[in-house]
Amino acid sequence: MSALASTYKGSNKRYRGWVLPILGMAVWWLAANQGWSTSGLLVSPHKVAETAWSQVASGQFWRAISASLARNLSGFFIGTGLGLILGCLLGFSRLFERLVGPSFNTFKQISLFAWIPLISVWFGLGDVAKVVFLSLAALVPVVVNTCDGIRNVPGNLLEVARVYRFTRWQTVIGVMLPAALPSIFTGIYLGLVYSWLATIGAEYLLVSGDGIGNTLIDGSEHFMMDLVLFGMVVIGLVGWALNTLARKVERRIQRLYGITPR
Amino acid sequence: MSRAHATARHLHKDVPHSSASIERMPAFPARPARRVRATLNTAGKWRARLGNSALPWLLPLTLLGLWYVGTERGWLSEQVLPPPAFVYQTLSDLITSGDLWMNASASLQRVLVGFVLGAGLGMALGLAMGLSKTIEDYVFPTFNALVQIPVLGWLPFALLLFGIGEPLKYVLIAHAALIPVTLCTLQAFRQAPKGLLEVGAAYGFSRRQIVTDIVIPSAIPPIFTGLRLGFTKAWLSLVVVELLASSEGLGYLIAYGRQLFQLDLVMAAVVVVGAVGLLIDRGFEAVERRLNRGRPVTLGRLQ
Repeated sequence: MSALASTYKGSNKRYRGWVLPILGMAVWWLAANQGWSTSGLLVSPHKVAETAWSQVASGQFWRAISASLARNLSGFFIGTGLGLILGCLLGFSRLFERLVGPSFNTFKQISLFAWIPLISVWFGLGDVAKVVFLSLAALVPVVVNTCDGIRNVPGNLLEVARVYRFTRWQTVIGVMLPAALPSIFTGIYLGLVYSWLATIGAEYLLVSGDGIGNTLIDGSEHFMMDLVLFGMVVIGLVGWALNTLARKVERRIQRLYGITPR
Repeated sequence: MSRAHATARHLHKDVPHSSASIERMPAFPARPARRVRATLNTAGKWRARLGNSALPWLLPLTLLGLWYVGTERGWLSEQVLPPPAFVYQTLSDLITSGDLWMNASASLQRVLVGFVLGAGLGMALGLAMGLSKTIEDYVFPTFNALVQIPVLGWLPFALLLFGIGEPLKYVLIAHAALIPVTLCTLQAFRQAPKGLLEVGAAYGFSRRQIVTDIVIPSAIPPIFTGLRLGFTKAWLSLVVVELLASSEGLGYLIAYGRQLFQLDLVMAAVVVVGAVGLLIDRGFEAVERRLNRGRPVTLGRLQ
């Protein structure tokens, strides 16, 4: 009986979540069909779907999305790799922390996109500049969270390791890394989010080549609202897919280390 | 020490199925645990004392030196990397001519208007969703779906709707600030201290009393965290919007310098952007620390 009630309740909640989007779609559709506004910006949902289909069918969409994703992932991996190394150095070595930490903290305060003009002068407008920028975007959160995670390993765990006479290596592998893992993952996850955001930004500001950001800018320049809306949906979906993937991988690795997922 | 070993050996003999990992452990701590900290302290003392004063300056000074020598010797052309003295000159020119103040005040005004709008709306939305489960059920899934599209994704859309003028900047900055503020406010309502809620229930508080006397006071620090995050996001998107579409402001200064290939101007503006962001962030952080003082649990940071 109670199970029935809870399933009923669950389905009830779900229906509530759909009300607003469906209402919004209905109003949009009505507005476009009844011609409430003569502005060319009011495109019908039908038109957006048509544009989406023609983009996918003509292969333009695949070219753009694969270029964007390739950039995003290569920047993300370079940035994360460097970030992990730098974060570990900052976390494990006090000397290195004193040496580099304050400079890094100042550096990370500078708004990310302010680097674009400098990068564009030093590396051009091509893929190299974009990947450099993306790795910078991914690097910062990874370094911060890796360093924090290592620094905040509970002292009593370290004392246990000491009592059991773990070697330095054993302490690092067996105690510090598993304890720091959740924080490190937060960093990598944030790095993924930031690098996707930065991919779009880099494609807006360093205009050259293909990419989903270029598609959007094109649509905006030619007053094609359908193309812009399609691009926005794609950006949202890719961001969501990357998030979900990262969470899955995180859970898998945490299980490997025997940490209960948050 | 030797006795400990002997005991361990002895135990090992008695237990036939002991694994290697047990053998590795001494029977009791070889040293009292408190000594651990003491030894660490004496070893690190000298280094820490030197490090505290001099080490942090080593890297920036080295970089500055390299930069200076590099431009002096002509390793890089002046257009790619202007000498530090030149950047400094540009910066002081900007300050004395009043250009810096004009552009910075334009940027600050934008970010302030956008932030106040976004934070106000965000708090209202978070409050509504926090107070009423029904509203949350209706609104939150849609909100969550829209959040997946970053501010930059909205930019072309907003550009078409609002044109290049001031409203575009206000809307985008407000949007950037709205998301963290809403999420943190909602979170604050969800994680009100359970013990206090129980006390309230035991004293027969009405729902209104519970909200005004228990939930809202305990929600203030996390909401403030949301405001700080919102401001960081707002500052970030301000720079992007000004880089893309504006005729004054710090971001415009950067874009202008880039177009004219005046890297000294770009660098000077980047320094100012960083400094202003840093100052505001520090201010927020100080207030946040004050508010969080005496709270038993540190709250997780929400993105």
